[in-house]
Amino acid sequence: MEITQLSHYQQAILLLAALIALTSFLMLGQSRLLRLVFIFAVQGILLSITTALAADVLDSPHLYISALLTLSLKGIFIPIMLQRLVINMGLHRDMETLKNPARIMMAGTGLMVFSYYVCLPIIKLSPLITLNTIAISMAVVLLGMLLMITRRQAVAHVVGFMSIENGLFFAAVVSTYGMPMVVELGIAFDVLVAAVLFGVFFFHIRSSIDSLDVDQLNRLSEVEK
Amino acid sequence: MIAAYLLLLIPVVGMAVLSWVNDSHLAGRINMRFNGLALLASLWLAVDVLLEGPILSNSQMLYIDSFNVYLIALTAFVGLTTSIFSGPYMAHEQELGKVGKKRLRLYYTMYQGFMLAMYLVLTTNNMGVMWVAMEGATLATVLLVSLYRTPESVEAAWKYFILCGVGIAQALFGTVLLYFAAEQVHGIQDNALLWTVLHEHASALNPGVMSIAFVFLLVGYGTKIGLVPLHNWLPDAHSEGPTPMSAILSGLLLNDALYAVVRCKMLVDGSLGNHEAGNLMMGFGMLSFLVAVLFLHRQTDIKRLFSYSSIEHMGLMTFAFGIGSPWATFAALFHMTTHSLTKSAIFVTVGYASQLAKTQRIEKIRGLLHTQPAIGWGLLIGTVAIAGFPPFGVFASEFLVLIATMHDYPWLTPLLLLGIGIAFAGLFRKIQPMVFGDIPKGQLPIRANMLPVMIHLGIVLLLGLSIPVFLGNWFNQATHLISGKFPL
Repeated sequence: MEITQLSHYQQAILLLAALIALTSFLMLGQSRLLRLVFIFAVQGILLSITTALAADVLDSPHLYISALLTLSLKGIFIPIMLQRLVINMGLHRDMETLKNPARIMMAGTGLMVFSYYVCLPIIKLSPLITLNTIAISMAVVLLGMLLMITRRQAVAHVVGFMSIENGLFFAAVVSTYGMPMVVELGIAFDVLVAAVLFGVFFFHIRSSIDSLDVDQLNRLSEVEK
Repeated sequence: MIAAYLLLLIPVVGMAVLSWVNDSHLAGRINMRFNGLALLASLWLAVDVLLEGPILSNSQMLYIDSFNVYLIALTAFVGLTTSIFSGPYMAHEQELGKVGKKRLRLYYTMYQGFMLAMYLVLTTNNMGVMWVAMEGATLATVLLVSLYRTPESVEAAWKYFILCGVGIAQALFGTVLLYFAAEQVHGIQDNALLWTVLHEHASALNPGVMSIAFVFLLVGYGTKIGLVPLHNWLPDAHSEGPTPMSAILSGLLLNDALYAVVRCKMLVDGSLGNHEAGNLMMGFGMLSFLVAVLFLHRQTDIKRLFSYSSIEHMGLMTFAFGIGSPWATFAALFHMTTHSLTKSAIFVTVGYASQLAKTQRIEKIRGLLHTQPAIGWGLLIGTVAIAGFPPFGVFASEFLVLIATMHDYPWLTPLLLLGIGIAFAGLFRKIQPMVFGDIPKGQLPIRANMLPVMIHLGIVLLLGLSIPVFLGNWFNQATHLISGKFPL
């Protein structure tokens, strides 16, 4: 199928999908925490734009609520909270040295290809656009995990975690036009509580190991020291 | 139906009330009362289902059949007995200065919050709400794991949070795919996440999407079951959190996560019509079982020891559900009950034992039988029961699993037998000196209420001797639901 044959809505969704995937890669390569949080906010805003667009075109008003929730949680509240925590804890000057950024990027690309491969059975079921979006949302999920694996900062872990949720939301919005309202509200509530708990945890971790470097959380292991 | 709403309402009220109670003794008693009320509601619900068959609420949001109703009753029961233990136990921890008043308030509020999440997972008919409740259970317990605020407990809680959070996110992806598959089917657009609707239309769901969805669902909920290699959070969370927490995590959370997986498997089996989902579960289950029994031998912390034993048993259950024959399913359902009762009893005893010895390190806990026979015997009998000795219920259920394996996959039976043998050796090597060894200097008896332990072990013993008719009925019907055939 040619891209010009798609409707404007579908083209816009594809563009947004590509941008969201791009933000995931940007996060992967970003070593400063404040900028990481900023890119995360951009991803949240892109996600809410996607949702609003879907709501408008598909004429399903409940998606507007979902878009608003996403914007306020992922685009505004959580990034601001993280930003303030980073500044209050004096982490904004630290730069985390990434070991082998090139290799991490290659791994990210590999995950992207892998996602497309896994999602191939879906292609038989629905048009090109769904394959692209489901594959990209799965890639965002996997890239979020990769981000968590490659970082040592607790803040980066939270950003990775939340970006995984972004990927899931994207899948829900684009492939199924959003989950039922009850479920969406429930998920938003869980995300909110999780964000607050993460904030609480930063203070606990810092008071117990005097930094937010989770590599130092290594007291519990199977091997006797 | 009123009973089901009551069951969900009671913990909500409990949370609201307990967030205001400062006095720890009072809070313990109130917590117990609320759990008692919830048990009554669950029994009422059980009688309803027994008399009238499956119940679907008017809004279709709640669905109770013979599969979840016995788990609801079990959850309420273990919740109550653990709360009986938790009151005095936490008061004692407060006297030792390990927790302050504020944190105890948090503890009791979240105890009810956790129970709410568990009831919601079990009663809901909506796969999305089930996910929300499962994540809610993580959020409710994560601050309880770090209740003592020691560096170890904070680390355990962080690990628990991140691993279970990421894990359960996979299950959400699976749920989205499930919804996607359902939306392709004509006529179920509006209720496409309701389990009853999905189950009805299971054969029309696209097999390709469903098999991808199941992998994600299994990995997601499997993290909460503690399946290897996603189990790392489990021993840490169990060993560093307060002991009542370990008891309800092992006794309830793991069961309910397995419940979620089995519900998903029922849908996928209907769609695929082959044994793919079962094979995945068998593989994961067997791996967990074997890895956990080997790790049992390395443990130096008594709570870690028993948390590995939990992984072992959850692996066995997953394996049995994976086999999928009526006998195996019956055995797995039965094993869920006996394991949950035995393991929570053991954790209660372990809690007392570690308070008595003032440490959780196995090498420092000695001479329990001489210092306080009730605790010593409790630990010994509990271990005998969990290791699968007759005449306890765990023996009966493990034996059934073995028979079912022998019937369908004879070549896997030696592995199971070997594993059970290794687990037995691992447990007794550690337990024997703790129970029989010499008393360390200055070890004095403590105030301990062994009633919950005795009730649990008594029931497990009874189950091993004979299964009551109504329970057998439930198991039969649930088996019929899951595997499509009656076991007898």
